[in-house]
Amino acid sequence: MTTIETTHTTNGVIGQRLLRKEDPALLTGEARYTNDLQIPGALHLAVLRSPYAHAKILRVDLSRALEMPGVRAAYSGADLADLWAAPMPCAWPVTDDMKNPVHYPLATSTACYVGDGVACVLAETDAIARDALEAIEVDYEPLRAVVGLEDALSDEVVIHPDLGTNKSYTWNLLVEETEGAVEAAFASATYTVAERYVQQRLLPMAMETRAVAAVPQPFGGDITLYSSTQVPHILKVMTAITLGIPEHQVRVVAPAVGGGFGSKLNVYAEELLCVALSRKIGLPVRWNEERSENSMATIHGRGQIQNIELAADAEGKLTAVRVRLLADMGAYLQLVTPGIPILGAFLYAGVYHIPKAYDFSCTAAFTNLTPTDAYRGAGRPEATYAIERAMDALAREVGVDPLEIRRRNFIPTEAYPYEAFSGLTYDSGDHDLAATKAAEMIDYDGLRARQAEVNVPGSTKRLGIGVSTYFEMCGLAPSRVLASLNYGAGGWEAATVRVLPTNKVQVVTGTSPHGQGHETSWSMIVADKLGVDPADVHVLHSDTAISPLGLDTYGSRSLPVGGVAVAMACDKVIDKAKQIAAHQLEAAVEDLTFEDGSFSVQGSPDRALPLAAIAFAAFTAHNLPDGLEPNLEAQVSYDPPNFSWPFGTHMCAVEVDLETGKVDLITYVAVDDCGVQINPLIVDGQVHGGVVQGIAQALYEEAVYDVDGNLTTSTLAEYLVPAASDVPSIITGHTVTPSPTNQLGVKGVGEAGTIGAAPAVINAVVDALKEFGVTDVPMPASPLTVWNTLNNARANHSSGGTS
Amino acid sequence: MEISVTVNGVKHTAEVEGRTLLVHFVREQLGMTGTNIGCDTSSCGACSVHLDGEAVKSCTILAVQADGTEITTIEGMAGADGTLHPMQQAFMENHGLQCGYCTPGMVMAATSLLKENPNPTEEDVRLGLEGNLCRCTGYHNIVQSVLAAAKA
Ligand code: FES
Ligand code: FES
Repeated sequence: MTTIETTHTTNGVIGQRLLRKEDPALLTGEARYTNDLQIPGALHLAVLRSPYAHAKILRVDLSRALEMPGVRAAYSGADLADLWAAPMPCAWPVTDDMKNPVHYPLATSTACYVGDGVACVLAETDAIARDALEAIEVDYEPLRAVVGLEDALSDEVVIHPDLGTNKSYTWNLLVEETEGAVEAAFASATYTVAERYVQQRLLPMAMETRAVAAVPQPFGGDITLYSSTQVPHILKVMTAITLGIPEHQVRVVAPAVGGGFGSKLNVYAEELLCVALSRKIGLPVRWNEERSENSMATIHGRGQIQNIELAADAEGKLTAVRVRLLADMGAYLQLVTPGIPILGAFLYAGVYHIPKAYDFSCTAAFTNLTPTDAYRGAGRPEATYAIERAMDALAREVGVDPLEIRRRNFIPTEAYPYEAFSGLTYDSGDHDLAATKAAEMIDYDGLRARQAEVNVPGSTKRLGIGVSTYFEMCGLAPSRVLASLNYGAGGWEAATVRVLPTNKVQVVTGTSPHGQGHETSWSMIVADKLGVDPADVHVLHSDTAISPLGLDTYGSRSLPVGGVAVAMACDKVIDKAKQIAAHQLEAAVEDLTFEDGSFSVQGSPDRALPLAAIAFAAFTAHNLPDGLEPNLEAQVSYDPPNFSWPFGTHMCAVEVDLETGKVDLITYVAVDDCGVQINPLIVDGQVHGGVVQGIAQALYEEAVYDVDGNLTTSTLAEYLVPAASDVPSIITGHTVTPSPTNQLGVKGVGEAGTIGAAPAVINAVVDALKEFGVTDVPMPASPLTVWNTLNNARANHSSGGTS
Repeated sequence: MEISVTVNGVKHTAEVEGRTLLVHFVREQLGMTGTNIGCDTSSCGACSVHLDGEAVKSCTILAVQADGTEITTIEGMAGADGTLHPMQQAFMENHGLQCGYCTPGMVMAATSLLKENPNPTEEDVRLGLEGNLCRCTGYHNIVQSVLAAAKA
């Protein structure tokens, strides 16, 4: 692996807790989300959704809807069939023989999940459009719904008959030093564990639901698509392809976006409908998602059944890992649906050293439920959950403390850069340091001592302590590695840095922030590199007319790819400015140094020119070196040499009430190492939010379906997104192990919290109940679930004891 | 139906439908889009405004019910000279927002909370903001913001 020296902190901007530039607009109501845009003459789209999880569409009668005042048009799926040049895109065909059902924005013959669009209305107001949906008559022939994964794989009912099966694919990763290594390791292991875990379906629940507005220019031919999306650039390409519109006439804008967490990393039916219908009728068309619609029409996360087996030697050191995964795709494959479990495929050995004895296989199946896709962490929280829960199981087998079993297996610091069993190179890490720091912060030994004191017969509460250690694996790259995984796009990012004549700086980034504070962080990178005030830097993004090149924001990629691209563009600007400075100072380029925003001749510091003077000179172009182009700007497309590997340790303590089953999270410590931190204020915020989403999976959230495939948790009254009163303060700590693969030494941080949290919490709950023989508590560990688990364990325990 | 409401100090007289919610009136008829909508079950608090000085969820009230009242929305919080309200300032200084979508509602709910309880504990703040959901911040910095504003 090539290593790159870290070259920042010329003026100390990097590392400051700078307040965010984004905030004043957001705090005052000035920011405009998609649904805030005022678009004269826009018609409102409403989508009629199937009330059946699986049904033939026999007849769609729009006549009554069309008669209603204010309704301008109404269409069935069949009516729109000729608008689509290609089906909805799936960009990640993980295997060559993957089955991918044809999927159009509205279903034509069969509705495949509750929420599948079957018809739509255009009307003068949103209220009229939604009222008109009730006047549409659809005759359905209900079919049996396939709700469970095992049911799906039985193929008793095949959801997409043309595919012949509900199985989408099986993807294998078998790595063995010599053939049969995994078998042999299990055969000769001193300890083995075999665990089964369920990753319940989750609803991403960004606070802003999706919204779309398409504004056509009927005579000019151009079209602007406003969407609450994380991926304006990907959406532009996919809109052009699926609708057969010349790409150069499509502009996509993501206005202020109210959170995404992966759910807005997609190409959705409503985006394509708005564009297609606005072109068809020559008027702007907009759509705004209601919350209960969002629960069904926006992708879900997780939805996996995990079987994990570990083999270990007499000291409890891992000798092999075997994983069998069943993944729920839902009814169709959305943009990266099939790839989500594969993103976790490399992480089932966690942060531990294992020999080349790894056997992973994932089988993915269709069900009559909302499609799954990326949700914060996307495959990596699932993998981390499995290995971290299984490590606790191993600790129980070996009879050592959970922290000790981890220490025995950590990849040693001196092994970095570390070539893993999979062939991937992990850039840098110090797992023991992060674990030691977390243990100190939470007073691990003190907690264990207290646990021994308080967990006694007679007490109605039990204290439990949970540990998890993790890798985040983010900034997927380089592009050729993504090609080897069959991913349909690259892993690069683009940036332009432009020094304006008056020495103010414009940055154009291909990332598309929606809460992450890129405007602030990118300004800090530029300020650091160019020696300007961060306030003098303006960051432009999320509009493909302004930022034509980019791959957007997801997978914690923005800083390690997009932020590094900004730094590299600054380097190019400095190189060009240096040539102008050398020319004007009549010195050799090699003799110039650039520091604190000024070029000076080595050895004669009085011969100097500030960047401001060069910027103006580049603009007037009166006196430039021969052949040098005017203006001071540079563009970079950066394809990183490797993934980045943030890591950390989370620890928490819970108190479980034995009488009610209620889990009280008493304290939570997160030690994250994301390399060099540009803005620790923002890093902490990312960790807080991430951890709470992980806690939410562990304790509160689940998309619950009944046997007919109806989602019974479709509102925020039923789906328990935690409130402030449901979660504790998060104590954050950091270690800093710079990444050697980029000049800033940075790694990603957006998903770390979510990845670390769920296993830490459930390990703590299981730890609290271990004396009763509890070895697993399903997520979410609601009072009822905990209570049932405890009572079953007690019953087994006592019957086991007397037999 | 004709209603007359004072919003952020300006009196508006307008014709509204009986079924129009206050949040839609403010957003669509008055064009003040700072107040957000996050749910359809009055669960999220994104739509919180002050009605005669008290925080209410504007999706739970009909516009006609607001006839004759004084309403403050997020647009009315900062000074005319651009100075942020102390609560907005506290959110900024404590990184109490990320995507900002819950923020207008949080700021309105939090100012109302401090009016009732000027010296809250962390527990008081967490309980007091129970009706306002945030998906980004994990609440940690929102709570810090409110505690800081109480001290300011
Ligand atoms: S929009 Fe009013 S409470 Fe959610
Ligand atoms: S800041 Fe995004 S929902 Fe609260």
